[in-house]
Amino acid sequence: MNDAPITLPSSPGWPGDGVHRVPYWVYTDPDTYRRELERFYYAGHWCYIGLEAEIPHPGDFRRSVVGERSVIMVRTQDGGVRVLENVCAHRGAQFCRERQGNRKEFVCPYHQWAYDLEGKLRGIPYRRGIRQDGQLNGGMPADFQMEGRGLTSLKVAVRGGVVFASFDHSLESFEDYLGPTILSYFDRVFDGRKLKILGYNRQRIPGNWKLMQENIKDPYHPGLLHSWFVTFGLWRADSKTSLKMDPHKRHAAMIGVRSVGKPAGDVVSGVTSYKADMSLRDPRQLDIVPEEWWKGPTAVMLTLFPSLIIQQQVNSLSMRHIQPRGPGVFDFVWTHFAFEDDSDEMIQRRLLQANLFGPSGYVSADDGEVIEFSQMGFQEKPDQQCLLEMGGHDSEEATNIASETLIRGMYQYWRRVMGV
Amino acid sequence: MNQALEPLVYTELLQLYAEYTATVDAGNWDGWPEFFTEDCVYKLQPRENHERGLPLATLHFHSKGMLQDRVYGIRETLFHDPYYQRHVVSLPRVLAVDRGRWFLEANYAVFRTKLGEISTVFNVGRYLDEVVRVDGALKFASRFCIYDSEMIPNAIIYPI
Repeated sequence: MNDAPITLPSSPGWPGDGVHRVPYWVYTDPDTYRRELERFYYAGHWCYIGLEAEIPHPGDFRRSVVGERSVIMVRTQDGGVRVLENVCAHRGAQFCRERQGNRKEFVCPYHQWAYDLEGKLRGIPYRRGIRQDGQLNGGMPADFQMEGRGLTSLKVAVRGGVVFASFDHSLESFEDYLGPTILSYFDRVFDGRKLKILGYNRQRIPGNWKLMQENIKDPYHPGLLHSWFVTFGLWRADSKTSLKMDPHKRHAAMIGVRSVGKPAGDVVSGVTSYKADMSLRDPRQLDIVPEEWWKGPTAVMLTLFPSLIIQQQVNSLSMRHIQPRGPGVFDFVWTHFAFEDDSDEMIQRRLLQANLFGPSGYVSADDGEVIEFSQMGFQEKPDQQCLLEMGGHDSEEATNIASETLIRGMYQYWRRVMGV
Repeated sequence: MNQALEPLVYTELLQLYAEYTATVDAGNWDGWPEFFTEDCVYKLQPRENHERGLPLATLHFHSKGMLQDRVYGIRETLFHDPYYQRHVVSLPRVLAVDRGRWFLEANYAVFRTKLGEISTVFNVGRYLDEVVRVDGALKFASRFCIYDSEMIPNAIIYPI
């Protein structure tokens, strides 16, 4: 797609000391992108893999990715969860081609090397050679050890039914990684209730992967870009908002309380997306029923750096997995879910409210569109800069929507890890 | 249960399909809900969800009113890069005929053309339809667009 090689001069350096200017090259430079994969996706960070509810039984597996690397999430015989890299130890074949299924073992089709569900190497055809004229010929050397020749096994964290993994076995605990504030919002959704998978949506967005993190760290745009949010009060200037971060400022929570009733004039003056006379012919699409576990906020959008967005917007819930595919394109995979103990009515409500989200959604389809437009601008002039001064120059927590503090916080962290 | 299909009715069904395609390709959004019954179901759904019995759809509308709300969204609220769409739809295959209800399926391919760009394959799948007669005219009681395409190229705004 828009993944053409960049030939313009790249990485001219970071402009100034702060994070209120972000140079376009951070979204386009291939070397920067490779370093991001190494430093954010392949080391030091927990990446989203999937939900336990996707692999309920021993032998169940489902493919996922960490950065650009293919992995398999599998339920082992003892009920545990493993995440294995989908690369055969022999010739590097990405052997598992199904999206999901159930297996007793994994066998690479090339030379039938077999692995158990823990990823351990269990079988090599002709390991001891081939008997010819009463003699064993060929085969692996006598001192070959099966031990330690299995699939790459990732470090795994499971919390509240959500599976994360990392290639980095020295990584801190998932709980420390999130920090207490963000963890409390994570636990608000995943409090131990069993999850029920409602289904998937997949879109390929021609933009840099960070732009999706930034989109959900940006409370300034929903009340301008998305008419549904403004007109129905789901997220607009008079909504009670708070913007929180972990101590490293890599993760964030945008917390909102829906505004009820028509907005005061100054809230929407000049906001062309506000449609005073808009109403739904079929209001079932916004049949919002408050749930006890919300504990106040009607929406909490969590950005877990680098790979995940957790959406609770009224009765709709989804995991949005960011899967980078180059500096200028990422796949965005949505897993909508409900809770096992939901009534049929609640599940129907969640499904109908899903019309707001995803690649065609009333408040989401246009996010992908504007990300594409930003990327187009970036690629033309990598040494220009984004201007991020809403709410000042620093990156402190805030309680209003006219703030880009969460994006600045993310770049403060990004600069530190990238050494830029 | 399975009754014979009268050739004249098949001709009428072909006309319904041809008119629907022409309407959504022409960008005649107001005309689109008119192909449906009042309590219709319209779904645009990935094949994986359909085959595994997962209920989530990319678009999921339960009434003609919701289709009209979508039309309002396309025109007034969904900011998007404008594009042409062009459907190529196969002859419908009749799955069953049952007391004035026709169950059909047809393959479709939709091409997208953005301004100044090359035409690309946008969305490929099949329609699973239930057609009924309302006041003499054939209407979709349900139309499920089950798409093979594993990735939506950014966004689908207009009706398939």
